[in-house]
Amino acid sequence: MSTPSNQPSSKNWYKWFDPRGKDLGSYAFILNRITALGLTFYLFLHLIVLGQLAIGPEAYDNFMAMLHNPIFVFGELLVVIAGIYHGLNGLRVALTSFGIAIPYQKQIFIGLLVLTVLGSLYFAVRMFTA
Amino acid sequence: MDMNHHNNSGWSVSFRVFRQKTGKDAHYDTVKLEVDPDEYVIDAIERIWAYHDRSLSFAHACHHSTCGACGMRVNGVEKLTCITPIHTIARNGGIVQVDPLRNFPIITDLVVDMGALYRRMAQVGHRPVVPLAEEPAGMPVRKSNNGEYTRLSDCIECGLCISACPVAASTPDYLGPAVLAGALQHGIKRQPGLLKLVDSEDGVWRCHSAFECTEVCPSYVEPGTKIMQLRRNVVSERFANLFRSNR
Repeated sequence: MSTPSNQPSSKNWYKWFDPRGKDLGSYAFILNRITALGLTFYLFLHLIVLGQLAIGPEAYDNFMAMLHNPIFVFGELLVVIAGIYHGLNGLRVALTSFGIAIPYQKQIFIGLLVLTVLGSLYFAVRMFTA
Repeated sequence: MDMNHHNNSGWSVSFRVFRQKTGKDAHYDTVKLEVDPDEYVIDAIERIWAYHDRSLSFAHACHHSTCGACGMRVNGVEKLTCITPIHTIARNGGIVQVDPLRNFPIITDLVVDMGALYRRMAQVGHRPVVPLAEEPAGMPVRKSNNGEYTRLSDCIECGLCISACPVAASTPDYLGPAVLAGALQHGIKRQPGLLKLVDSEDGVWRCHSAFECTEVCPSYVEPGTKIMQLRRNVVSERFANLFRSNR
């Protein structure tokens, strides 16, 4: 067995995503990081899509037609889910950072998860039936 | 079964203990013990040392959650082993894995170097003994003839909060939950330079609100809440400083 990296180090960034032995607050933190990375990745994809406009209207229309593929629709749904969760958890973090409702941070997390699921279902129905 | 009172008939529990000596590879030793389920984890570790392997190193002292020496990870979760009954983390025939705290260099086996934490606690002026009149709760306290009544500080500097904090794992310079709670206890007005120290990239603003520190703290310090209080104090002080500098 190799020596565990027990020293704090920037190389330990992957430990942010380790849920073992952690509680709800950490789950909120982990989901926040994952959704942040996902939304950042989507931002670049979005810029690539907009870049099609520079090529010309036909290229843009062809690209947009490809996005009607269910796989891409699912990808867009993931963006919506990430946006809902990240935004709601941002409110939770803002509240607790002002010292508001800190004893209830777990309940707020569960509540925002419920809202995220409901919002995801709503948008899933809208996007896949459009 | 009444969870607070167990039949003293022995349980058989396997203890999987982290081992690492300087320059050697890390591994786990498994020792099966007959235990009373109401015993504490530190009792089992001491028995492993006493009857199975005298080379096992671990830190402990008071056995009643005052010294903060026996912090370890038990089944992956930070615990003060002297107040963690075995029945709360295992069943008869079960396994208890014991690891050293995270985010501190391992000295040997279950012993970690917490020097950085102690130095930072001293840096922010954390006091092990606090005058009752300065308690945040603001309860009225009579002064004694010889001075103020005092009490032991809640924080026992066990390091569990640093071990559990996801941000502390990736940021060596982060002051950490116990230190920031200590800074709040001391007060940013009391010590020149403390405001600059905590109002920094690796101070109160590095916390990402996982509240894992509050979850594992055995002394109910609630470091997560304290960090948020300190943020408010820092912002208030910043505003006050704006007006002071304009005079």
